[in-house]
Amino acid sequence: MELKDFSYEGLSSGHLACAGCGAALAMRLALKALGDKVRVVIPASCWSVIAGRHPDASLKVPMMHSTFEVAPSIATGMKAALRRLGTDHITVMVWAGDGATYDIGFGSLSAAAERNEDIIYVCYDNEAYMNTGVQRSSSTPQSAWTTTTPTGKLERKKDIITSMFAHRIPYIATVTLAYPEDFMHKFQKAQKIKGFRFILVLAPCPTGWRFEESRTVEISRLAVETGVFPLLEIENGIWKITVRPKMIEIGSYLKSQGRFQHADPEEWKRAVKDQWDFIEKFAGGQHGCDSAL
Amino acid sequence: MNGKVLLTSAEAISYAVKLVKPEVISAYPITPQTHIVEKIAHFVETGELDAEFIRVEAEISALAVVIGAVAQGIRAFTATSSHGLLYMHELIHWSAGGRLPIVMAVANRAVGAPWNLWCDHQDMMSQRDTGWMQIFASNAQEAHDFIFLAYKVAEKVFIPCMVGIDGFILSHTAEPLYLVDSGVAEAFLPPLDFPLRLSNQNPFTLWPILEPPLYHRQRQDLFTDMEKSLKEWEKAFEHWEELTGRRYLPVEGYMLEDAHTALVCTGALSETAKVAVKQLRKKGEKVGLITLKLFRPMPKEHLLETAIHIERFIVLDRATSFGAEGILAQELRSAISGSRPVHSYIVSMGGKEVFPENIQEAYFKCIKYPEGATLWS
Repeated sequence: MELKDFSYEGLSSGHLACAGCGAALAMRLALKALGDKVRVVIPASCWSVIAGRHPDASLKVPMMHSTFEVAPSIATGMKAALRRLGTDHITVMVWAGDGATYDIGFGSLSAAAERNEDIIYVCYDNEAYMNTGVQRSSSTPQSAWTTTTPTGKLERKKDIITSMFAHRIPYIATVTLAYPEDFMHKFQKAQKIKGFRFILVLAPCPTGWRFEESRTVEISRLAVETGVFPLLEIENGIWKITVRPKMIEIGSYLKSQGRFQHADPEEWKRAVKDQWDFIEKFAGGQHGCDSAL
Repeated sequence: MNGKVLLTSAEAISYAVKLVKPEVISAYPITPQTHIVEKIAHFVETGELDAEFIRVEAEISALAVVIGAVAQGIRAFTATSSHGLLYMHELIHWSAGGRLPIVMAVANRAVGAPWNLWCDHQDMMSQRDTGWMQIFASNAQEAHDFIFLAYKVAEKVFIPCMVGIDGFILSHTAEPLYLVDSGVAEAFLPPLDFPLRLSNQNPFTLWPILEPPLYHRQRQDLFTDMEKSLKEWEKAFEHWEELTGRRYLPVEGYMLEDAHTALVCTGALSETAKVAVKQLRKKGEKVGLITLKLFRPMPKEHLLETAIHIERFIVLDRATSFGAEGILAQELRSAISGSRPVHSYIVSMGGKEVFPENIQEAYFKCIKYPEGATLWS
């Protein structure tokens, strides 16, 4: 796939993200893939700020801010109205953080998935409440430092992909910044599918993960190569591993970020192995890497 | 339709909604509201109403769906009650701040704990300061008519409106009423023209962060527009009278001409209070009745005009501000600015039955006491 296919820029310069923000780069890639026939709903999150203060807006497509817990329901109403207005070709995308997705909005997310609403739900996952200053969410990985888990989180990260899989929605994918073609390819594929689509974006956060702003993409790649963040696609219930990780030493991921000072590499090794044993059971050989990487 | 039909207020609202033709309806079941949306779901299923009915997992999502739809420029409807309304609270603020012309029916019901299914006005009056307009119906005809009036004004001033009907007392009690003719509905309510709707031709961001001075001004706009909406209510009432012959006022007076004391209430209690006033009159008491139809905007001037000669007010409340007094009593006291005695009487919370005799009792109790103490039935 040629990069020139993705010339559209839906995110303006001058947005209010921190330097090195993974969530800002993620939006840029998402809109490049989706184009301008999109309307976006954003619940309370870092992106409530990144989107800009009145009268400046960083998105070039129509956007609605939403309260924390109901973005999928606002998007449901938006899509219903677009159908009524004869503009069903416009894609409705929820763009939510992990707080809205894994925690406070999980009920409305589950309900919209169960109704198979015709929307793309994107969770840009920076694994904590970053906008309020790095507090633990149910997406925060085990042993990670946050301001509310000063000696490391005790519990494991919630498995949102399997939760969404249980909803039997037509399309689920995971993407991250270091693999832009895989990222944009999955967004374009999702756009062509009808019904509820869920895309999980691993969006490294220099501020909350404690790393230098210039290393965002590198850390995104390490997350994949160490097997911490699997790049997957689940289409109509069929699991597919889209990037087969090299499974490099987990320590390189843990040492790259200040938040993992309390992490035990042996424990992480076991967790990554468990995760992959689980995925392989579902993927059952269907791991042809069809995106050009 | 020329003759009267026998309907509950819940059904009366459903028939009104059918004629208003919202394109999206979203709701979650809660007693005693459920009959409203059940009937609407039936209209949608049979094709009598061309709309999408979205069955959500919670009240807050019902309002969220409506917000999402109206922001694209189409008409929508929801209904709720009691805990459902409270669960919506965050979005009640959000939709008023967002200036969306939403209409929601509320079957007024007590709030827990403890559980109680029956009528009082605590649910709706606790949403008093959210920036929604509020109107309370006293009977099925008003329940039916107020839906049209609420859309008319909401779509004029871009402020959402709740239409309150007393749970069970109105929602589940059948009364004869005239249904609005579809031609009248169309003449009264043209299609929604919402200038703030999102569009991909001219994209913008709805409700971004507003700096303090601008936010302050935005709130002031909502405040002033709410005040101005009173004129729109007056116009809408007049237009409605021309089309249907039925005359409504923001504040309704009953046997007030030579009255010294006025009973004051909202909702269906008005009908019972009228009987009590007649009984008290027979006993030689110079008493009349003031019914507030419109609660927000508070029709202060109408109230003052209606009550210009009244020496004492006895406010029959179905809602309480704990640590202060009845909520309607507070509102009335504020409207008349302490110029005359106001007695706060909590007549019924959670559906405690009110007969005309109880209202007589309230009258005689209050006139014996000095102003100040809140009395309970």
